[in-house]
Amino acid sequence: MPKRPVNRRVLQPSFLILKRTSLLGRVELAVIDDAPSVALQALDELWFQVAGTVCNLRCHHCFISCAPDNHSFWFMTREQVAQALEESVELGVKEYYFTGGEPFMNQEMEDILVDTLALGPATVLTNATLMPPRRARRLAQLSRASIYTLELRVSLDGITREMNDAIRGEGAFDRCVDGIEQLVKVGFLPIITCMRSWPEHETERYLEGFRRLLSTVGYERPRIKILPPLLMGEEAKRTRAYDETERVTHEMLEGFDEGQLLCSRARLVTARGVQACPILLEAPSARVGDTLTEGARTPVTLKESACFTCYLSGAICSNSPSGAGGDR
Amino acid sequence: MSGRPFSHPSGSTDPGDRSASGPGQNANLDSHFGEAPGTNGRREAPDSRGLGDVALRRVAAFGGVYSNHRALRAAIQDARERGAEALLCLGDLGAFGPSPDKTVQILRDEGIPVVRGNYDDSIARGLDDCQCGYTDPRDNHYARISYDYTLANTAGEHREWMATFPPEIRFRLGDLRVLAFHGSPRRMNEFLWETTTPTHFLERMARKAGADVLLGTHTGIHWSRRLGDRSWYVNAGALGRPANDGRREVWYAMLEAQAGESELKVEFIPVEYEVELLADEMRDEGLPDEFIETIRTGWWTTCLEVLPGKERKGGRW
Repeated sequence: MPKRPVNRRVLQPSFLILKRTSLLGRVELAVIDDAPSVALQALDELWFQVAGTVCNLRCHHCFISCAPDNHSFWFMTREQVAQALEESVELGVKEYYFTGGEPFMNQEMEDILVDTLALGPATVLTNATLMPPRRARRLAQLSRASIYTLELRVSLDGITREMNDAIRGEGAFDRCVDGIEQLVKVGFLPIITCMRSWPEHETERYLEGFRRLLSTVGYERPRIKILPPLLMGEEAKRTRAYDETERVTHEMLEGFDEGQLLCSRARLVTARGVQACPILLEAPSARVGDTLTEGARTPVTLKESACFTCYLSGAICSNSPSGAGGDR
Repeated sequence: MSGRPFSHPSGSTDPGDRSASGPGQNANLDSHFGEAPGTNGRREAPDSRGLGDVALRRVAAFGGVYSNHRALRAAIQDARERGAEALLCLGDLGAFGPSPDKTVQILRDEGIPVVRGNYDDSIARGLDDCQCGYTDPRDNHYARISYDYTLANTAGEHREWMATFPPEIRFRLGDLRVLAFHGSPRRMNEFLWETTTPTHFLERMARKAGADVLLGTHTGIHWSRRLGDRSWYVNAGALGRPANDGRREVWYAMLEAQAGESELKVEFIPVEYEVELLADEMRDEGLPDEFIETIRTGWWTTCLEVLPGKERKGGRW
């Protein structure tokens, strides 16, 4: 990605924010000098950018601006995933996550899940709009064949067609709700995730709305996860970008449990290299290596504004509380 | 890891000072682990000192008592009748059930060693919550009720006793090195569910810990897995509430290994107790109907967020 050259010599070592804008006018991440760094404590979560930045939808809040024509990261092959899976055994990985883009646009996704579920639990972050009955049945079969859990995490950003489609595009709501119905029919309890686009105190009302909606497709005990907005990519254009005070500093990490930060226990493997976390797919500062083993050794500098969200909210990317805290 | 052997309770600063055990505190354990002559010449991990070299053959382990003093009494009796040489509690004495002091008193009177659970840690230190880490508002609502009630109803001297619980206990079973903890060897509140915990992850954990058997609880649902030729993971389950299986019994684990052998036998044992009497006590204490429903039906009604899909699917809610 083109960068405007910066003369760092004129800058003070800390609390100086460099706002960069590419020639394409896309809002990029702001960077802070002298940012603290975090080493990997254990590689508990291995994430795969299995669909690159390719998605059948073009959501207005996508933090990495995925779209049908965003090919900046391409699909991972089954072989590439298998290579990382092999490395993951020695590294002691606990959970495997698949994201994109839309993972089910990857033609090899079901085979990739076969390989993964032989080793451990798998979670797919999907928009569920590519979920014909045949695929749902196949996924149920894969789940039954493994001692590990297969979780489908479905993004749905509203309780009505209008609310969801204003963010995720026309037709997305109906297709997603259909997809959820297919998954529920074959026995899954998908985790419905929604980026909060309402004031926090109204969350209970929206949760009730989700429960009512999901009940109409037979999902009577839904698992719902509300996520805070990430002010990056398309969402930065839609609402606002992080401001200059929203950064992680050395002082903030004093007495803080670093296990709360995803990069202390996760890495993201892409078709071209390893990144610190799934949010920072495109951040050069978050690139930690070519191979997983190398990426696991390399500490992550908390330069990016998204690190601030992770600091405040904990690692929202994981399925369930990590058990962070409670250290010996 | 700062493993303090369980034969050194009562706040002794010197882990080698065995005389620090107060009356009634882990006396049982000392007789089981500490006083008998050493019989095994195998090298121990550095922080397992103080347990003696006695190889046990049959140990009962239970976790998550959650103030269910009736199930605790029944389990202790059952384990002794089945010939357990030692009993071990894996932590979380309080939560969920009535009158937490009753449970604590039983464990103190019986001298049963306890590994520190997240609940014990929170109650001992008077923290804001139970460190379960729920994010779901409904789960948090019930967790709050449960925690505030338990904290308000646990005697100060019991809280001081809880502060002495070690984060881990090591002992020898047959020829096997057992490491007992609450959540995981690295984190007191780590959930190790059957369907989310890879074998290679556990093998690595056992290797790093220098143990053949990893013995924990925290999730509330019992399970075990053979990891390799000579290593196992055992989740002893919970005495405090049923295993989300539609049965009213609660569960504990009996571990057995013969002297000179390195083969582990794990048996999960269902415990019947006076469910209706406990339900009456819970009602009298003003605890939520949802908690009472759980012990009466065997289905979890709260704290559901942390369940993986497969475990959740096995329950009703």
